[in-house]
Amino acid sequence: MKDFAALFAHIDESTKTTVKIAALADYFGTAPLDDRLWTIALFTGRRPKRTITATRLREWAAEVANLPDWLFAESYSIVGDLAETIALVLPPPTQTTEIPLSHWINYIKYLSTLDDAARKTGILQAWDSLPTTQRFLFTKLLTGGFRIGVSAKLITRALAQSTGQPEPRLAHKLMGNWTPDTATWDSLIVADDPTADLSRPYPFYLAYQLDSLDDLGQPDDWNAERKWDGIRGQLIIRGGEQHLWSRGEDLMTDRFPELARLRDDLPDGTVIDGEILAYKDEKPLSFNALQKRIGRKTVPGKLLVDAPAILMAYDILEHDGQDIRALPFTDRRKLLKTLTDQSPEGAPLRLSASLAFANWDDLRNARAQSRAVGAEGLMLKRRKSPYLAGRKRGDWWKWKIDPLTIDAVLIYAQAGHGRRANLFTDYTFAVRDGENFVPFTKAYSGLTDAEFREITAWVRKNTLQRFGPVRQVPPVHVFEIAFEGLQPSPRHKSGVALRFPRMLRWRRDKPVHEANTLADLQEMLATFG
Amino acid sequence: MISALRRGSPGRTHRALRDPAADHAIITAMTDILTFTDRGIYCPAGDFYIDPWRPVDRALITHAHSDHARPGMGSYLATDGTAPVMKHRLGNIRVDTVTYGSETQIGDARVSFHPAGHVPGSAQIRVEVKGQVWVVSGDYKTVADGLSTPFAPVKCHAFITECTFGLPVFSWTPQAILTGQINDWWAANAAAGRTSILGTYALGKAQRLLRLLNPDIGPILTHAAIENTNEVIRNQGVTLPQTIRVTAETNAKNHPGALVLATPSAVDSTWARRFGPASTAFASGWMALRGVRRRRAADRGFIVSDHADWDGLNMAIKATGATKIFATHGYTATFRRWLCEQGYDAHVGSTDYQGEGFDNPKEIEE
Ligand SMILES: [Zn+2]
Ligand SMILES: [Zn+2]
Repeated sequence: MKDFAALFAHIDESTKTTVKIAALADYFGTAPLDDRLWTIALFTGRRPKRTITATRLREWAAEVANLPDWLFAESYSIVGDLAETIALVLPPPTQTTEIPLSHWINYIKYLSTLDDAARKTGILQAWDSLPTTQRFLFTKLLTGGFRIGVSAKLITRALAQSTGQPEPRLAHKLMGNWTPDTATWDSLIVADDPTADLSRPYPFYLAYQLDSLDDLGQPDDWNAERKWDGIRGQLIIRGGEQHLWSRGEDLMTDRFPELARLRDDLPDGTVIDGEILAYKDEKPLSFNALQKRIGRKTVPGKLLVDAPAILMAYDILEHDGQDIRALPFTDRRKLLKTLTDQSPEGAPLRLSASLAFANWDDLRNARAQSRAVGAEGLMLKRRKSPYLAGRKRGDWWKWKIDPLTIDAVLIYAQAGHGRRANLFTDYTFAVRDGENFVPFTKAYSGLTDAEFREITAWVRKNTLQRFGPVRQVPPVHVFEIAFEGLQPSPRHKSGVALRFPRMLRWRRDKPVHEANTLADLQEMLATFG
Repeated sequence: MISALRRGSPGRTHRALRDPAADHAIITAMTDILTFTDRGIYCPAGDFYIDPWRPVDRALITHAHSDHARPGMGSYLATDGTAPVMKHRLGNIRVDTVTYGSETQIGDARVSFHPAGHVPGSAQIRVEVKGQVWVVSGDYKTVADGLSTPFAPVKCHAFITECTFGLPVFSWTPQAILTGQINDWWAANAAAGRTSILGTYALGKAQRLLRLLNPDIGPILTHAAIENTNEVIRNQGVTLPQTIRVTAETNAKNHPGALVLATPSAVDSTWARRFGPASTAFASGWMALRGVRRRRAADRGFIVSDHADWDGLNMAIKATGATKIFATHGYTATFRRWLCEQGYDAHVGSTDYQGEGFDNPKEIEE
């Protein structure tokens, strides 16, 4: 655990990617094999099952530290992280131990088999034998949440440096269903065959937002299609089985049972990249319709009728069991078209149409119609581009439409957590309704640190009322709020809910009486909802 | 020596003219030896202020940090260890000095200064009026830093304490371990051909760190603001290792393996770019919190402060024997509630000292 804690501290404290990668690469070359595997698992979001509730941990830590509950709670609200708060308030350890990471994880699994009293004894013993950082990590493992600033890309690069294997191959190996219980360092990293696991997806190719059409060269070099507003997914048909993966590596197969028939509609050995859409009468429904199906493990029959899903196919990655990602886009596209054309009547599969355009102005016009056809912009793909892994510049570009915006008034502010503790960063915004202000959305991001500091100082001086951590402030500051869409919502006072709201800018130039009204918001709902 | 501090202010004359019935009320009020006013902590019996934040005639100063020693006072009284830095920072001011422990009569108040262990010369100020003893802690820490005269508890009835780090999450790294951490970091950077840039406060923490550094590892360079303070401190007879002042001509190539002591705001400024490839670090109590460490975005955070940590605060308060406590700068409301639950008659003292919150931790932990 000492080595893992040192690695964590290195990565967590450094701002330099090179330092992080070097630390990881060094660790992957020297740590025990099981620890390496667990480290990859933890940093890619695979964590041991939660064995104990946060409430219990809080109680026990406060008891050991001899603190009243309210003081523990207050400390927690400043620190912003439960495991860190616990690690900091406990008295220094009286024991020492040199147990590696993977053993601690086994210890945690073992604890989950015990009754409450024995589990408590086990956890208190661990706390008493670990210095602060290791204690923090151990408690993180207990609470189950393990997010630190390491991207899958960074892990892949460090592994590449340490093993000498190419990055895309490693990225592929890290995808999919494996856990440290089903894999070993050798089977996952050293073994040569990433397709050994039939459910394993390919890394998604992601695009950057287009800066300017000027850099693209000839229009002839490019394929344009709609950027559909659904859930990006990868459909895998192998060995008679069907798997559906999200971009976040969630297995979504069971959430979209109507796509199960594609196992029969498509030949074995096919992998398709596409967009899952709620789709009716040959038209996509709004994202709101699809949203009702997200987060449900099982789908009620009514939703299957109201919001049936299809896969809008963008690309084909595997054909006849062959990885064809290196072929030019045009060739892959031909294969994809043949498959979709040959798929039987009623198959929940469409080919995302290529848009015809003679020049860039045609494309500008097509983009302007995005909202009308239910898309969120265009995708431009170079005709000879291979299918790459991860977010890359050059061959693929997304050209999203501008977000919807509204000018709103700040009425409540609340302090953030962790990094942003004691800065007022979480705001509630209102639209005007006569003399009243009707709250309609919260937003947390989009301002600079300097602006957050300025507003924080202002909130401190101008608090009208406190409701717990929330402060009511005078309605004087106007902000431009950007969002991707809106829908009716009876749970909100204003009757609408926004999608992806964020602060676009602080409109210091705008007086409150020029902020938008509830009527403006309702009109937007009628037009875009 | 303290001729400026004599009784006979207009307030006192006015009080002398009051009728005996009103005097009764004054005697009751007199049990508050010190009061919190909008100018500072005031002593009616001696007609003086302690660490005032707005101009007053007579100021008693606990230590030379800028939130405690401000310009514009008619006269200043401070320890002989505090006066030189205060003059350096505030320019041409009138300062009378006292040594630790010596008593001075000011009006009806008996005043003495006692070591606070915060920075060189820093003091707690003891005020006794008619057998009642109140102590203002100023800023303090309870562990010896090898530089300042160590904190000495003073018995009192009421104690006005700081609580900049008055939460149980704050616990400082022992000095011996800290010394190892900093020198190891420096040595590893030197071996890798990187400059080590360490951000710290110019007065107190910088000199404390200088005395922990192992000069065998490499040369020590200093930001001008720190070097100016070093000069003042050296002139007081304190030994510091050899340092090189960074100037416009300083070329990093001539100082391989150097450690640069910089003010916190200089660490990520263009000023720091002249040192080429570098590892940056901050030395501060706030570095105990991961969130702040990450927000400050340095390569390392050393957990060290010239304020008392949670255990330090609680031990210091207990050692005074005081039953009445006023909490100032920091997590005052929380700390007050905690003290009340421990059986103290605890209050929040409203002051203008810095150190609340950590919006900008690099500047305000003085
Ligand atoms: Zn201070
Ligand atoms: Zn202070």
